Amino acid sequence: MGPNGSGKSTLAQVLAGNPSYQVTQGTVTYDGQNLLELDPEVRAQNGIFLAFQYPVEIPGVSNAYFLRSAYNEIRKAKGMEEVDPLEFLDLVEEKLKLVDMDESMLSRSVNQGFSGGEKKRNEIFQMAVLAPRLAILDETDSGLDIDALRIVAQGVNTLRSPENATIVVTHYQRLLNYIVPDFVHVLSNGRIVKSGGKELALELEEKGYDWLQNVDAGAGAAA
Amino acid sequence: MGSGIEALVNREYAYGFVTDIETDTVPAGLNEGIIRLISAKKNEPEFMLEWRLKAYRRWLTMKEPHWGNVKYPAIDYNSLVYYSAPKSVKPLQSLDEVDPELLRTYEKLGISLTEQKFLAGVAVDAIFDSVSVGTTMREELGKLGIIFCSFGEAVQNHPELVEKYLGTVVPHSDNFFAALNAAVFSDGSFAYVPKGVKCPMELSTYFRINSANTGQFERTLIIADEGASVSYLEGCTAPKRDENQLHAAVVELIALDNATVKYSTVQNWYAGDAEGKGGIYNFVTKRGKCAGVNSKISWTQVETGSAITWKYPSVILQGDNSVGEFYSVAVVNKKQQADTGTKMIHIGKNTKSTIVSKGISAGEGNNSYRGLVRVLPKAEGARNYTQCDSMLIGNKCGAHTFPYIEVQNNTATLEHEASTSKIGEDQIFYCKQRGVSAEHAVSMIVSGFCREVFKELPMEFAVEAQQLLGITLEGSVG
Amino acid sequence: MSDVATRKGFRDNAALGNNGANSVNTRALSPIEAYRANFRHQPAGPEWLQSLRAQGMDRFEALGFPTTKNEDWHFTSVAPIAERMFHVARTSEAGISSEGSTAGIVARADLERFTFGQPAWHTLVFVNGEFSPDLSSCAGAGEKVRVNSLAKAVRSGIGRPERHLGKIAAFNRHAFTALNTAFIQDGALVELQADAVVDQPIHLIFVSEGEGEAVSHPRNLIVAAQNSRATIIESYVSIRDNCYFTNAVTEISLGEGARVDHYKIQRESEKAFHVGTTQIRQERDSQLHSFSFAVGGSLARTNIYTSLAGAAASCTLNGLYLADGVQHIDNQTVIEHIAPNCPSHEVYKGVLDGRSHGVFNGKVYVHPEAQKTDGKQSNNNLLLSPTARVDTKPQLEIFADDVKCTHGATVGRLDEVAMFYLNSRGIGRETARILLTYAFAADVLETIELQSMKEELEKMVLSRFAGSGT
Repeated sequence: MGPNGSGKSTLAQVLAGNPSYQVTQGTVTYDGQNLLELDPEVRAQNGIFLAFQYPVEIPGVSNAYFLRSAYNEIRKAKGMEEVDPLEFLDLVEEKLKLVDMDESMLSRSVNQGFSGGEKKRNEIFQMAVLAPRLAILDETDSGLDIDALRIVAQGVNTLRSPENATIVVTHYQRLLNYIVPDFVHVLSNGRIVKSGGKELALELEEKGYDWLQNVDAGAGAAA
Repeated sequence: MGSGIEALVNREYAYGFVTDIETDTVPAGLNEGIIRLISAKKNEPEFMLEWRLKAYRRWLTMKEPHWGNVKYPAIDYNSLVYYSAPKSVKPLQSLDEVDPELLRTYEKLGISLTEQKFLAGVAVDAIFDSVSVGTTMREELGKLGIIFCSFGEAVQNHPELVEKYLGTVVPHSDNFFAALNAAVFSDGSFAYVPKGVKCPMELSTYFRINSANTGQFERTLIIADEGASVSYLEGCTAPKRDENQLHAAVVELIALDNATVKYSTVQNWYAGDAEGKGGIYNFVTKRGKCAGVNSKISWTQVETGSAITWKYPSVILQGDNSVGEFYSVAVVNKKQQADTGTKMIHIGKNTKSTIVSKGISAGEGNNSYRGLVRVLPKAEGARNYTQCDSMLIGNKCGAHTFPYIEVQNNTATLEHEASTSKIGEDQIFYCKQRGVSAEHAVSMIVSGFCREVFKELPMEFAVEAQQLLGITLEGSVG
Repeated sequence: MSDVATRKGFRDNAALGNNGANSVNTRALSPIEAYRANFRHQPAGPEWLQSLRAQGMDRFEALGFPTTKNEDWHFTSVAPIAERMFHVARTSEAGISSEGSTAGIVARADLERFTFGQPAWHTLVFVNGEFSPDLSSCAGAGEKVRVNSLAKAVRSGIGRPERHLGKIAAFNRHAFTALNTAFIQDGALVELQADAVVDQPIHLIFVSEGEGEAVSHPRNLIVAAQNSRATIIESYVSIRDNCYFTNAVTEISLGEGARVDHYKIQRESEKAFHVGTTQIRQERDSQLHSFSFAVGGSLARTNIYTSLAGAAASCTLNGLYLADGVQHIDNQTVIEHIAPNCPSHEVYKGVLDGRSHGVFNGKVYVHPEAQKTDGKQSNNNLLLSPTARVDTKPQLEIFADDVKCTHGATVGRLDEVAMFYLNSRGIGRETARILLTYAFAADVLETIELQSMKEELEKMVLSRFAGSGT
């Protein structure tokens, strides 16, 4: 969590390897590897998934084809057999129900003509299919009405397991009513200024981010 | 994103090998003697020779056109060889008689002339340099009264059909290259589908230029009689050679009342090397005539090869309610130049035309769309929709759009839309974040861009077209 | 940007359907010789001007009148102009014309209907191409603004027009611009110093009048220094229904951050010939708003060419052409994107009735350096009669990969459903026809920022096609 401009989305983009961001210092270690040395597709093949704040449109390319390409590339990287279109269809049907989407969306172009809510649900659907070990949800709640928010949260909760981790990036506590976090970290000016359990989110909701400025100063003084 | 694009742009030409085979070749140069020699070699009736000579005399008075947005050094028409044929080719009784070297050539190109092709449900006429080396599936077609053979055979066996239709869509005097073709064309494909017959399989011609310094001048004539329908495919490759080779073909399509002709091309002639050396000059006249009411002619082309492409598959919409379509993907890279598009000439009432053109420019290539939609005064209720999109990859290429819209009837409705775009960095990153490589991402995005055209291709061809673009098609099309 | 290649062959080999309307022979050597003779008899000017004129004349002779084989004149045969022997509209003897000799022919009252009811506008009147101080009122445009007759400026050396004249308008490529350059005599010179803002529009009125078939070559130069701002209107009019030829050229230089709103109102006599070229060069952050209205002339051609030479310069090119009878009205625009980050927007609409022939030929050209270009172009045509004709050719030529360019063109007639809807509400066919025609043109008229002009042009659209319904 953190106020606007605190670096939440930047962190998400950097972890996923967006080439528009240049890392000037620091390291990221993931599973014992230096993450920053890996190309974005290799990170993805190693189980990192970013749910985009603004999912990208790819005209003329069907969701099914797009997602199957991704699924097979990840399998290939793991030395597994690729799946054919029919097997893949069986596999995704169930996941579609998870985000309350119709099968017809599979033949539509990637995110083209999707409403804001549909785009976010599509991100969660992709996450469900690709089954990442580390999922990063970048402001997935922004611009969602309460029903869509519930669907997204339900999707995330269903996928939760001891084998994977999810970083939920959000500005508001609202989402955390539906996705109960194990830890809350608060980011300010690019640094984690406070960490705690789920109650920290409620405290933030009550006291506002201004309260953190003091915390920040206090922490600085203490150091 | 650089690596993905590079890979797409700089693929090796896979069909650049040369077949070593003995040929029967006429001396270089063009004169009435050469034309008589070609006609004699083909044992043609008098009307054919007369027609050729008429075209030749007309050609002598014509000037090579230079209005296209393409540049190339002057062609010396007297240094070209106008006829070259594999020596072993005699009128064939069956495919077993075809030179095994030739069969191997076509196998290498992925075109099977052997009976296995039965399964695929495609009848193939293979043209090697100037002549047809074999046509498959003839018997099956013959049972339905469908004639599918080389042009030469049609002249021998069905002269009345040839005489009736030859030059009725593209006259011998039509343009410089069409006149040259009329004078010297050596072979090509011929198809006639009789009244009321729906051709049950795809008819296909595979063109291969092999010999050096040889011009290829084939002529294709397809007639769909009343109520008939046929789908026709054409593919082309040529060896890598340092010198340019001229390909000046003519295709004529005729659709009578209620008939449908669908013509698809995947053109992959050798495009020349990165410096622009070598490659085919593809100067082709393709035109269909919707002669009858409710008739339909549809052109689909995927143009990826040739150093220079100059072609405008067109439809003359003469019959009332007739329909013309043109779907095109043209890709240029290295120093390729393409000036391609269509003409839709609306003459009959309630005629309708659709044009979808997708141009992709990469490397130092230049891609021009040139289209004419003309509505004549009597074409009440004519309609046209044109969509013409360009994609540029890199900063040394060009995309040009030259639509000509000429309307002389106020009941006509015409719409033209065009756009130019690039592959977005954000699209590439999105794909990569899902684990897809940059190469695959570029392929996928380009394929999506071309989707509206690919879905018009017969499935077999769609796969070939997609592979040509370095793209896997499954799932994205249809 | 050489676009003189002959591409006629592309349209011809369609075998069928060429009606031959464009096959008029436009070779006419003797009229060109006559232009040369008139050129020699021109009163002398300063050396730089003599030299510029001579270059123009040489170039015109070399180019000759364009034929329909010239891609830029594909749909318009200028044979009626090329074959006529126009005499030079009257000028006085002493070198550059002496002023004041024309007021006798045209009275102030004659011009009232062309002034949009705006006496406060700075108005310069030219009769047969010659400045008329008696009919003009252009005092007090502001300290940083100079509005002059070009002839006067040449004579006195004020403003040194030689710095810009002939530098923007490409007389090496365009025959009519070359011809105009050969005969530079008079026109308007508008100079805006840095930061100048002209309070009122500057209205240049070109009246063609007099006996016989005369030609005039008005030449205007507008120089807007950085961050200056002005609205300039050029009106081409005639009082009687004569046959004459106006061959006008306007050069506009827009400095950094300058904005010029340019209106061209072409309402020549319906027997007249008009070729008018406005060529603009735009520096960084400059803005051009161009509106072209064409309703007059038997054969009329308007060229608007702009070069976006500085980053983030922008242009809006809008136009409306209305033709009737046997009029031929042609519009050509070229937007050349040279620098990056430039938006260009263009909407041209045409309404054609009777046996008239409308032409639109618009090109957007994007150079390799012009990344982030945002170009939108559209051309819509309404054919009111079965015998009206339109040819349109919207072109894109793009050499940069990070651009967004779209264009569109439509041709159609009045919407029958809309017509029926209006009829069903009790509105008669004739009124409905006028209303729907007006509705078609409304959005482009809406872009006119001068209220009185907008209202007057709206009235013209409403009245132009009244009573011609079939």
